[in-house]
Amino acid sequence: MLAASGHISAVDVGTFAVAAAIILAGAIGVVVARNPVHSALMLVMTLFGVAVLFVLQRDPFLAAVQVIVYAGAIVVLFLFVIMFLGVDRKENLGTEPLRGQRPLAIGLTVLGATGLLLLGQVSHWTTGAPHVAGLDTGSHSNVYLLGKSVYTTYLFPFEATAALLIIAVVGAVVLARRPPAPSNPEVDEGDEPGTTELVADGQLSEPEANATGTTTPATHEEARP
Amino acid sequence: MTINPDWYLGLGVVLFSIGALGVLIRRNVLVMFMCIELMLNAANLTFVTFARMLHDIGGQVLVFFVLVVAAAEVVVGLGIVVAIFRRRASATADDLHLMKG
Repeated sequence: MLAASGHISAVDVGTFAVAAAIILAGAIGVVVARNPVHSALMLVMTLFGVAVLFVLQRDPFLAAVQVIVYAGAIVVLFLFVIMFLGVDRKENLGTEPLRGQRPLAIGLTVLGATGLLLLGQVSHWTTGAPHVAGLDTGSHSNVYLLGKSVYTTYLFPFEATAALLIIAVVGAVVLARRPPAPSNPEVDEGDEPGTTELVADGQLSEPEANATGTTTPATHEEARP
Repeated sequence: MTINPDWYLGLGVVLFSIGALGVLIRRNVLVMFMCIELMLNAANLTFVTFARMLHDIGGQVLVFFVLVVAAAEVVVGLGIVVAIFRRRASATADDLHLMKG
């Protein structure tokens, strides 16, 4: 692996080394940070390093999409939920509910990674046929080739992606909807488990309780089971 | 001359392993989601590397679809987290044992 580095430009090697260091430091930071906000910021670091490696592989468009979509949208969504739920306090990493689970996980992960790396050393990583879906080089730009491939070869997956997005939007709306008021005759499916959750629910949704009257829903729910 | 693709693939392996380790050892659901994003990024890195090795645009298109699926997954997953938090007031995976038999 290292033997072929004789005629590689120093800029490429330096960029790769710095980006790899950023990626690994960020990934380890995501795992070991005790505060979820720090984890999210470390995730931004890793995503940025991956974008640098995309640029290094002559793929600037995906690098831009990576930064815009991942760092700009997904991580912001994470941070929004963290702040919304107020779980940005430190987590105690010392407690271990399942005894021996953590050393076992570390051992299995190291074993798997070592096995994969060894497998890549003794055999060939790449065994596919070259340029089945179209060349990625040529006179046209990267964006042209990508767009052409999306709208010709991969048209059906693209349409399926649209359906997936619609389903995700509907699912998010259904999940984020508050359960209907208890006086509603078609009381929903979520209220079965027990009274403790209903009490917790009532404590959490104070604006709703203030809007509908504080006492009557609580008594109704206690009378129900 | 560019860098040997083996380096990218090795980095992808290590990144995926760190993400898997995070899913296994962390208990905060949000951090587990972030570790899943790490694994998806490792897969993206390998896709782009293979696209360059095989001179095939398909790998880059697949990265595109992975991005879309990751966005949808995050939206639905965080919706589930918010819905659970509304009932349980905790974001720890250990507390979600209601279905335990």
